[in-house]
Amino acid sequence: MEIALVFGIPLLGGLVLALVGHKRWAPEVNALMSFATFCAAALLTAKVVADGPMTALDEQFFVDPFNVFLVALTAFVGFTTALFSRPYMRIEEHHGRVNAARLRLYHSMYQLFSFTMVLCLLSNNVGILWVALEGATLSTVLLVSLYRTPASLEAAWKYFILCSVGIAQALFGVILLYFAAEKVLGPGGTSLLWTHLYDVRHQLEPTVLSLAFVFLLVGYGTKVGLVPLHNWLPDAHAEGPTPISAVLSGLLLNVALYAVVRSKVLVDGALGTGFSGNLMMGFGLLSVVVAAFFLSRQKDIKRMFAYSSIEHMGIMTFAFGMGGQVAAFAGLLHMTVHSLTKSAIFFAVGHAAQKVGTQVMDDIRGLVEISPRVGWGLALGTFAILGMPPFGVFASEFMILTTAMHEHSWATPFLLAALGVAFAAIFRKVQPMVFGETTAARLPHPPALAPVFVHLALVLMLGLYIPPYLAGWYRQAAALIG
Amino acid sequence: MIDAAGIAFQIVQSVLAVLIGPLYVGWVNQCRAWLQNRSGPGLLQPYYMLARLFHKEPVIAEHASPLFRATPYVLFGCMWLAGGIVPALATDLPFAPAADIIALVGVFALARVFLSLAALDIGTSFGGLGARREMMVGFLAEPAMLMTLFTAAFISNSTALTTIVETLAHREFAIYPSLAFAAVAFLMVLLAENARVPVDNPATHLELTMIHEAMILEYSGRHLALIEWASAIKLFAYTAIGIALFAPWGIAEGSNWSALPVALVALAAKLVLAGAGLAALETVSAKFRLFRAPEFLSTAFLLAVLGMLIHFLGRG
Amino acid sequence: MTTSLSQQLVNLLAAALLLIAFAMLSQRRVLSLIRLFAWQGMALGASTAIVAYSTAQHHLYYSAALTVALKVVLLPWILHRLIDKLYVRWDVETLINIPTTMLVGIGLAIFAFALATPISEMASTVTHSTLGIALASVLLSFLMMIVRRKAVPQVIGFLSMENGLFFAATSATYGMPLVVELGVALDVLVGTFIFGIFFFHIREQFDSLEIRHMEKLKED
Repeated sequence: MEIALVFGIPLLGGLVLALVGHKRWAPEVNALMSFATFCAAALLTAKVVADGPMTALDEQFFVDPFNVFLVALTAFVGFTTALFSRPYMRIEEHHGRVNAARLRLYHSMYQLFSFTMVLCLLSNNVGILWVALEGATLSTVLLVSLYRTPASLEAAWKYFILCSVGIAQALFGVILLYFAAEKVLGPGGTSLLWTHLYDVRHQLEPTVLSLAFVFLLVGYGTKVGLVPLHNWLPDAHAEGPTPISAVLSGLLLNVALYAVVRSKVLVDGALGTGFSGNLMMGFGLLSVVVAAFFLSRQKDIKRMFAYSSIEHMGIMTFAFGMGGQVAAFAGLLHMTVHSLTKSAIFFAVGHAAQKVGTQVMDDIRGLVEISPRVGWGLALGTFAILGMPPFGVFASEFMILTTAMHEHSWATPFLLAALGVAFAAIFRKVQPMVFGETTAARLPHPPALAPVFVHLALVLMLGLYIPPYLAGWYRQAAALIG
Repeated sequence: MIDAAGIAFQIVQSVLAVLIGPLYVGWVNQCRAWLQNRSGPGLLQPYYMLARLFHKEPVIAEHASPLFRATPYVLFGCMWLAGGIVPALATDLPFAPAADIIALVGVFALARVFLSLAALDIGTSFGGLGARREMMVGFLAEPAMLMTLFTAAFISNSTALTTIVETLAHREFAIYPSLAFAAVAFLMVLLAENARVPVDNPATHLELTMIHEAMILEYSGRHLALIEWASAIKLFAYTAIGIALFAPWGIAEGSNWSALPVALVALAAKLVLAGAGLAALETVSAKFRLFRAPEFLSTAFLLAVLGMLIHFLGRG
Repeated sequence: MTTSLSQQLVNLLAAALLLIAFAMLSQRRVLSLIRLFAWQGMALGASTAIVAYSTAQHHLYYSAALTVALKVVLLPWILHRLIDKLYVRWDVETLINIPTTMLVGIGLAIFAFALATPISEMASTVTHSTLGIALASVLLSFLMMIVRRKAVPQVIGFLSMENGLFFAATSATYGMPLVVELGVALDVLVGTFIFGIFFFHIREQFDSLEIRHMEKLKED
């Protein structure tokens, strides 16, 4: 029942907003729908905490500690982003960058995007997960090109082509997976259900699964933004509306990584070797290093934070690749804090860019003076994302680094160097933007900064103290995938 | 091993190859004329032409080397050998072990090398141009031809042409996608190698496009006759290879005298059909621009390789 | 090795599929590309129907019908409408010349066959030997997307890649569960519509459908 609510509400919201998305009060409807989704997700979480994992609707959907925590996170960030987008999109409309018709598209697609992500997470069917992830691309591609500028069209085209091609490779992986599963479970719908696959994972044909994993990793990895398949990511983040950048970075990348990790569990069971883990560690490390070095060359602020997302997805991929409970725990924690921090940063960046009318970093100066809240939001968010204590990112990165030192000491210098380079690059760019002579102007609508500080407060809390139920929850999930 | 019947078959086939070649060319030209609503020169026209050329005195350039004089004979010899060992009538040919499919392609290549060298030998610009174009066609046509033959060789596990034909003639009816690919590729190679229409036009001397004709411009008299004759035998030999690989039914097998008449009739019928088909193909297709020829031939090569790959895949 | 007639037919259609993939790679005209795409859909539908008949898997009839309806009728029709409206009947430019592309294509096909051989040996389906062909056509479509400059051929490449994947599903496993296939078909259809919308936006902005104009976003 709760499961049906969690993905039923955004689907309904998408349909309703397709009709009324251009009205004055549409942003409120959007936020309300997201809030309802969040409530449903909270209910679902409460139920799972009370009753343990469950399946629903003829086993087509399932909830376990791993995905329920992601559902909760997705619903929460989806809700706060909807709150942020309320004034943000009004200001954009005021600036004449979007009109009512495009706002209708925006609101409707925003809800459908939430729907596809929740469907991805909750679906027990590997095939449906694929369909939903492709649906997530399809629903966001027109949002990336919402402003219809040449650059945004180019970004959207790149996003569409690369992700579609990538996800086509993933489909081949799914076919191979089904091919291996069919031998053990017999033909029919059940051979594609995670829960069934998980039980027989030791009997699956290793050769087929290793090939399948390569295709799945390349396919879903394109969506995660792993180097060298990351080309679409900075463009799509920089050219789309900021709320979309926030949910792409904060949520979609997580969901794609979720698909990779689920596949890895199966493949590890079948192979009994570190093949999949090594591949993930390799891709992860490459992403961290390459993204860190690209950071310093960026001129566009959203682009820079997009590269920072690639870097952090690399760290997570590396953590999950290492395997083991501690690394998986750290990976999950990092997923949470990165989502919260990165979306907070994008909220702050969005308003900052609106104030000065540009995304070019050299033209943004002295945010603290004109709007202390935006300035401090950006500054604190940057501190958090750079892994400064006491924020949560520090805790998770510290755990990942210490695990790496124990188990894969060769990788630590690369990780440390990349983190150092990233720190220097981002700090050097953000510092004059926050402090220094101002260039900004007043906004026609008051900005929504509550989400920024709520997110950062949560990240701070996670850095200082992880509530026991949350830690227990992470531990259960880590046991599942570690 | 070598018995009387085998020797007789060999003699009949060798003589036939030499004699029937011009007739086959005449038939193709006749069909082409009919398809173009002309009355045509008659089936025997190539023989008249050869006879006329043999009566003329050859004129040879002052600076021509012995290579230039020797080439027509080498050419004729090569083609005769090829025409003699391709199992067109019977599979029991005593000469056939002299050359398997790889050597057969080598024989054609030898002829090509001599002709090109002779064309260069005189030092006229047309000769060099023709030789260059011939090599451009050859370097793509040869691998394609080899791949085609290999596909057939893999099916019958032998590179000897007679064994291949025996195997293929005896197989039960089945759809071989690999052979279908090979057949199309072979047809394309045949058109290119024999200077037929999409690649070259034997009927014109247009300097922008001619390949084969450009090389033999300097020949006259009996030398030219020998070259023309060799070309006719080459066309016959290629057609015979095609028939042997893709439609071998009716061929005389073993030392069986009584099979000879059937084989003769079958060969005649197949040649008539093949010639008509060739003429039809040449009529409906337009000549390519020269630089599209590599594209045409690389397509042939591609098809041949695909055929071979599919053969392996089908077996695995 | 004795093979049934249906298996031979499937093999033949598989070969045709691969041939069409190569033909698309070598094709210069947009209209011919669309026609080839429709033929590919036809071969795919026919082979699915044959597999359905020979193995008595009834859900495959539905997917065959779906394939024909979607890929032979609907998508080519949409593409025709699009290029009629956009006036893009001109020749397709390629980044690499066609013989080179073909040679690269052969290399890809060999790679795909080598990759698929160990897996096809494990398959018990009658059509197992065609998995390599399916993978090869996926890779060839991928190559086509890379070497084409215009937007429409890229989209056709994407769609034919989906054809290859679908063929892989039927050849290796007798097709995915129907619910998944429906979902995939829906995604493809929606994707094509979005592509269509995109074409108009791109043309509005750039006055052309050349991807060359869209190379501004680069790292400097």
